[in-house]
Amino acid sequence: MALIKATGLHGGYGAMNILNGVDMEIEEGEIGVIVGANGAGKSTTLKALFGLLNVTEGEIIFKGETITNMQPDKLVRRGMAFVPQEYNIFPSLTVQENLEMGAFVRKDDFTHLIDQMYGYFPDLAGKRDQPAGELSGGQRQMVAMSRALMIEPSLLLLDEPTAGLSPLYMNEIFDRIIAINKSGVGILMVEQNAKQALGIAHKGFVLANGTNRFTDTGTNLLNDPEVAKSFLGG
Amino acid sequence: MNEFIFFINKVVISGSVIGSIYAMGAIGVTLVFAILRFAHFAHGDLMTLGAFFSYILVVLFPEAGSFIGLPTGFVMLPIAMALTAIVAILLDRSFYRPLRQNNVKPVVMVMASIGVTLMIQGLIRVFAGPSSRNFFFAERKDIFRIELPFELASRKIVVTEPQLLLFVFITVAVISLHLFLTRSRLGKAMRAMSDNPDLSRVSGINTTMVVWTTWIIAGSLAAAAGTLLSLDVTLKPDLSFNILLPIFAAAIVGGVGHPYGAIAGGFVVGFAETLSVFNWAIFLRPFRDSLPDWIDLPNKLAFVPTEYKITVPFVILVVILIWRPTGIFKGQVL
Repeated sequence: MALIKATGLHGGYGAMNILNGVDMEIEEGEIGVIVGANGAGKSTTLKALFGLLNVTEGEIIFKGETITNMQPDKLVRRGMAFVPQEYNIFPSLTVQENLEMGAFVRKDDFTHLIDQMYGYFPDLAGKRDQPAGELSGGQRQMVAMSRALMIEPSLLLLDEPTAGLSPLYMNEIFDRIIAINKSGVGILMVEQNAKQALGIAHKGFVLANGTNRFTDTGTNLLNDPEVAKSFLGG
Repeated sequence: MNEFIFFINKVVISGSVIGSIYAMGAIGVTLVFAILRFAHFAHGDLMTLGAFFSYILVVLFPEAGSFIGLPTGFVMLPIAMALTAIVAILLDRSFYRPLRQNNVKPVVMVMASIGVTLMIQGLIRVFAGPSSRNFFFAERKDIFRIELPFELASRKIVVTEPQLLLFVFITVAVISLHLFLTRSRLGKAMRAMSDNPDLSRVSGINTTMVVWTTWIIAGSLAAAAGTLLSLDVTLKPDLSFNILLPIFAAAIVGGVGHPYGAIAGGFVVGFAETLSVFNWAIFLRPFRDSLPDWIDLPNKLAFVPTEYKITVPFVILVVILIWRPTGIFKGQVL
């Protein structure tokens, strides 16, 4: 059974349609990567899956249940977490408090999870009592991902996790994404850095004009000369 | 020495009293803005309403205070706070929430809150009339006169029981608010929602509960401020009209959205008021004999005549908005 399966998604903001029939499917524990030109509907697809956008047509099934247009707070309780590209931390809260807010829906003791996050991102451990807004861009991204992971999601949606980061942090974030995925978390991410992202992807989706242009395994897409020519910069 | 005691009575004590009142009002204004992103102009009316709730309770149970040995108005305060908090939530549900759900612009919310102001003021006029009321009709207001152990000090420091209770109350309130915001799950969620409402939603924070908590804190502090102010002087039905400007000035001086800023701002505005109406001629009087004849010492030497006191927060507000619109703590710009 697919972890998440979206078929024929249509939707947008107001009257303007951005998605014109997007299909997306990943299995449990897989990494799916969405690439495409600017304005192709990559981020919009993630938002549609997470209930942040009105889906006018199509269906989304998450862990066997239809979740089309379900509100984000309900999806969080079902094990889906989302890291927006921007404004993805609480800047005046400390790192530790950011993680606690990620676990808001949990009623159990989650201290072991906080420790686990500091294990994933040792940079953060020393800054736990510092306001998250004072951290560097890469560290903020780590806070944002840790916050989302606090619900122990089965699917993590990442919107351009490496945007604006230095190559050093970019590699570190990619390493962490692989590590998080190895622990059993399914990941669906939008990424500008298409080559590197497809390199770690089980499934790749190339979008153009709000619909799937190519859908295949990450490796096949990387080796497809047409994809390489039009989307990966030769 | 007597001049110094006069200064303590007129500036230090009066400034702390009015500063505490402004601070409690400004905390409410700033929290509502932080969570709901609009300037709640009906906040002064929550104060009047809370004071009237206390007053009604005092009229119904005038003996309640004598059992504990505190003013009845103060003993009734928790009930009045709870009632005002409920009113605040009901106002939100019936007027502000429907607008919020339609994603109206903040200015529409502000206009709605002005409508609520007019409504509450009208209701109070209808039921209570325009006259002032005294909480101490059945009991005596205790006044403490503290003598200083100096030979030259013949005057005494004067502080009333309601004033002392106010100082105790605001200290407890500020400490509890601090602990709530930094230690409790809900308090942290309030700060989170103030930081980033969208991310709060995608984190699964119960935003309805946060909104309710905000109104409970704002409403109950407003009731406390209104009651404690009325205990200090008298309960005037136009209380909200006179207090709205200073509490907004306090919230903006402190930095809108910052509860600690609101506290600081409240005291800044309170002390600015008492310092500017203080008669500084008092300090010059002891030197009257040694001054040359051609200097005619005026009887009254204050920055602002007492009856124009209300202009002080207005001037502070204008100055802050021009030179530092984010306030002391770098808050939002209204």
